[in-house]
Amino acid sequence: MEIITTLINGLSIGGIYAMIALGYTMVYGIAKMLNFAHGDIIMVGGYTIYVFMNITGHPLIAVAVAVVFCVLIGVTIEKVAYKPLRGASPLAVLITAIGVSYLLQSLAQIIFGSAPKMVQFPDIKPIQIGSLKIQVYTLITLVASIIVMVLLTLFVKYTNIGRAMLATSEDRSATELMGINVNSVITITFAIGSALAALAGLFYLLKAPNISNTFGSMPGIKAFTAAVIGGIGSIPGAMLGGILLGMVEAISYNIPAIAPYTDAIEFLILIVILLVKPAGILGKRRREKV
Amino acid sequence: MALLEIKDLEVYYGVICALKGISFEVNEGEIVTLIGANGAGKTTTMHSVVGLLPPKNGSVFFDGVDITKQPCHKIVRMGMTQVPEGRHVFQELTVYENLILGGYLVKDQKQIKDDLEKIYTRFPRLAERKYQIAGTLSGGEQQMLAMGRAMMSRPKLLMLDEPSMGLSPLLVDEVFEIIKEFNNDGTTILLVEQNAGKSLAISDRAYVLENGLISLSGTGKELMASDEVKKAYLGG
Repeated sequence: MEIITTLINGLSIGGIYAMIALGYTMVYGIAKMLNFAHGDIIMVGGYTIYVFMNITGHPLIAVAVAVVFCVLIGVTIEKVAYKPLRGASPLAVLITAIGVSYLLQSLAQIIFGSAPKMVQFPDIKPIQIGSLKIQVYTLITLVASIIVMVLLTLFVKYTNIGRAMLATSEDRSATELMGINVNSVITITFAIGSALAALAGLFYLLKAPNISNTFGSMPGIKAFTAAVIGGIGSIPGAMLGGILLGMVEAISYNIPAIAPYTDAIEFLILIVILLVKPAGILGKRRREKV
Repeated sequence: MALLEIKDLEVYYGVICALKGISFEVNEGEIVTLIGANGAGKTTTMHSVVGLLPPKNGSVFFDGVDITKQPCHKIVRMGMTQVPEGRHVFQELTVYENLILGGYLVKDQKQIKDDLEKIYTRFPRLAERKYQIAGTLSGGEQQMLAMGRAMMSRPKLLMLDEPSMGLSPLLVDEVFEIIKEFNNDGTTILLVEQNAGKSLAISDRAYVLENGLISLSGTGKELMASDEVKKAYLGG
């Protein structure tokens, strides 16, 4: 029974990582940049949920506001900080992203102080099936993340905007030649990534309801690891990497001998993958264009 | 009035001047060719006209509208597109998805369906490989796909950059045949080619580009008969 609980926990943590990893991977694939402020969008989402839980007491309203607010913040960051650097050296963009990350963390600290805030969610009794005990929030996380991944896959494959995103990630000039505004495609990508980060913020809070200004750092870095393991730039890769990392984390936590080293084990997997398959599990080595 | 009018176009890559002020025009219904050696500035011209590479000086008019320094996607919306050098089909998407992206601007679903049908009839190979990943097509098939994709938006002006590059002689003939067909159906063509013989043969008019300047111009026949062109581009 404990195996099943571990499995479900792993899948739900993995679902959270996958959702965040999708933001990293889509922005990397389409805007060709590593958005290191992505983790902090989770934190922005978390604080928004905290504020609106206090005002309304209703988690659904709080998360809806958080999604909208994170989309606005994400798109604004892209317009103000990243868009002027299009065509600049990747290092300049990377440093800017790190700067944005610190900016968001510092602003949160100024507004909310450095002591962690506790978000009070309604108490729901765990579901008991025989000796199997599952937290309802874990189940919600799991189901929601699966729905999000399915919807995103369908969106990318079957809508015009989705196809335009794939086209942009492959060949920006050819995409422009189709009459597609690549800048709008990038904006939409940031919007989707930020919405997913807000959702991830909610699910992470459901697991650990304390939020501080570095709330997004660890899930951010874990999800980035997941994106690289899966093959950065690849959407299925981010999903696979996220689930994989979540499973490893849950299993490792359950084995007392290695539990304290869980984070180290996860990053070790990254190193091994990079040594064996540098492009990641589902990543393709693209031909560099001249 | 010319459909496309280029006046004193100057383009730089950093400090290097690639186009030193060229002027030419393409009238409605024509096939116009730019010929020239490697590095003469042909692709630079194409990129600059379509807005992928903003010129430093000079102007580009399309259909009477100044499109200089407009972004590429806006220019394409006005009714011109390009089959880029090296084809640039979306390698990881299917043939069908490539064609659908070509019709991205078309709102009328029936027109998309009709045009897809037309392209599949004209290029049966593409119909057979509808759901195949474009990267797995042969060079010739990719060229057909790139041309079909460009036609999905029903452009007034179609620009083709070295469409015959890297193809077998048989396929080269086929490509020029298709260009003529597109033109007969009412599409104005601007062609850039190193294969001077074949392209001059189907052109109404042509320009010779040399080191970023236009050195010669005339009808296709005139240039084919010109000694200079014969010596430099047609192998004696």
